[in-house]
Amino acid sequence: MTDRSGAANTEPLVQILDDDGVLLEGVEAPNLPDADLVALFDTMVLTRAMDDRMMRLQRQGRLGFYMKSLGEEATHLAVYALREDDWVLPSYREQGAWFWRGYKVSTFVDQMHGNERDPIKGRQMPVHHSAAELNMVSISSPVGTQIPQAVGIAMAMQLAKTDRVALTYFGEGTSSSGDFHVAMNLAGVRKAPVIFFCRNNGWAISVPRSKQSAGASFASRAAGYGMPGVRVDGNDLLAIIQVTREAVARARRGDGPTLIEAVTYRIEGHSSSDDPSVYRDAAEPEAWKKRDPLDRFRNYLTQKGLMTPGLEAQMETKHHDAITAAIAACDHTAAPPVEDLFDEVFEQLPWHLVEQRAQLLAYPRVRSPHKH
Amino acid sequence: MPTMNIIQAVNDALSIEMRREPKMVLLGEDIGKFGGVFRATSGLFEEFGGDRVIDTPLAEGGIIGAAIGMALYGLRPVPEIQFADFIFPAFDQIVNELAKFRYRSGGQYPCPVVIRTPYGGGIRGGHYHSQSPEALFIHTPGLKVVIPSNPYDAKGLLLSAMRQNDPLLFMEPKRIYRASRGEVPEGDYTVPLGKAKLVREGDQVTLIGYGSMVPILEEAAEKAAADGISVEVIDLRTLLPFDLETLITSIKKTGRGVVVHEAPKTAGFGAELVASICERAMQYLEAPIQRVCGFDIPFPYTLEHEYMPNSDRILSAVHTTLEW
Repeated sequence: MTDRSGAANTEPLVQILDDDGVLLEGVEAPNLPDADLVALFDTMVLTRAMDDRMMRLQRQGRLGFYMKSLGEEATHLAVYALREDDWVLPSYREQGAWFWRGYKVSTFVDQMHGNERDPIKGRQMPVHHSAAELNMVSISSPVGTQIPQAVGIAMAMQLAKTDRVALTYFGEGTSSSGDFHVAMNLAGVRKAPVIFFCRNNGWAISVPRSKQSAGASFASRAAGYGMPGVRVDGNDLLAIIQVTREAVARARRGDGPTLIEAVTYRIEGHSSSDDPSVYRDAAEPEAWKKRDPLDRFRNYLTQKGLMTPGLEAQMETKHHDAITAAIAACDHTAAPPVEDLFDEVFEQLPWHLVEQRAQLLAYPRVRSPHKH
Repeated sequence: MPTMNIIQAVNDALSIEMRREPKMVLLGEDIGKFGGVFRATSGLFEEFGGDRVIDTPLAEGGIIGAAIGMALYGLRPVPEIQFADFIFPAFDQIVNELAKFRYRSGGQYPCPVVIRTPYGGGIRGGHYHSQSPEALFIHTPGLKVVIPSNPYDAKGLLLSAMRQNDPLLFMEPKRIYRASRGEVPEGDYTVPLGKAKLVREGDQVTLIGYGSMVPILEEAAEKAAADGISVEVIDLRTLLPFDLETLITSIKKTGRGVVVHEAPKTAGFGAELVASICERAMQYLEAPIQRVCGFDIPFPYTLEHEYMPNSDRILSAVHTTLEW
């Protein structure tokens, strides 16, 4: 498969399914229960439905911001290889990872609205979730900061003599940041049980992969840090699960970290604020649509007798109904209470925040120009 | 009661807390077998081993990033940044991550990391071993900032810092690391955060400072006394949240003040202190509060003692307020 590094990337690429979702010759599919195969597909259907609906809401002016993941849904489900007690440090484009770990549709939609039910109390932009009960770490916008944090979590797991692991997601653009290299180096030295999952989707906003690195691949960077690097077809869910399982097993055994590069493609813009028509040829995403991860996995499931158009339609209806209900429930919610604005800056309010809160509460309330 | 210098007091506090709190971890550059470039972690690697006293690769962003991860997972990391001048590769992790984690996660992820770092000039360190960047961190919501000026406070404040649950920057005055000696109780005790210390009572002018400036303030107060001027000296100890009440009480008594720090003057922490006092006690002031600070230039090497506030400069500011 070519990525944006050019025509002849000769480094091996792990694949299980071909572009039509047919098992490649001589390749064995990873062992998953049928129910899990269907549930994974269901999560990708939900992810695509949520992306579609949230972007529509954003275009209607009801959300301040959104980030779709069309074409990258399979990468989100690397978390299938984890246990519940493992930790995930996501970036901002892994919606399916949240759903797979148990994050509710209604909570997702509440967070988009930053309303009174938003678990993070309206304190961050849409798609910056946090769910401690799922061992999913709070997302921040500066890219790469989560990578050394993942190593710290993995080092803490190591110190506690557990066999837990931490998995962190980031994009290929982020692999240019200092935090990436610092974290890879520290993890290599400490043999920390961490999986670095790089979604190489070809574009960092408007900067193509070819301008991000002169290396033949992103996976090859692992060698410099004394860990294996694996290049995997990022639109092949089974291949992703296989390589992530291997990396997780390695980390649990105490053999240290792995860098996974999932080669995929960002079919749409970086975010609701982006316009790819300014900087890339429209033929490029069209070509990648032929490798759509849902289409491939659907075909695979259909061949196995696990999926029918009727079943998929039921899934879509179920998810769209849930999303519709969640959106409707946001029509009647208030913003988070202004009294809480100063909470949790510190564990307890110091005097200067007590004073500033009293000042704010004494002012007339400001009507938000934005809908909640 | 044993006599210690500030390094020994810091080392004692770390050692006491490492024994008491199994979740505590130290990490940083050269802190293991070497015991730190200033020897603040001396002996700890031998006692607690390499799993809890971790020599890291040379990357401050990684030290703080990893410390954040450890704290998210439930450990109590106390990273060392070798010099405050080298904290900037970790600035993003401190300002955008550490300081905001509890807030941005709606309280889901407290992040109790105590960062220790030596700061300040007077040790022939030039630009990159002398800076006092406290104002940058005080200006960051979510961080506490503490600077001790003597061994007793260093131990007691550090023990308090390691037992509270907010991110905290503990800046150690390296100029007086060894020069400041005093009696320090053996075993466990704490000095409360957020409380200034009245170092010397007086009724004509209030001198306000912290860290390595406190001995200079005392020296200036002696010189003033020789001139027949009664000067009060306050050691702030905690810079955020700072003890405004003690400052206001003193200013109401003296009506005059001089604020002193090594860091550059413009937008320095002194400006905040002056503004806060003026907001609450303008009517008690007999003269504008004076600032004696580092100049707004990069910290120089050869002429560092021209740069640093000294007792004569402070005395001159005392006279300015009296002669207003």
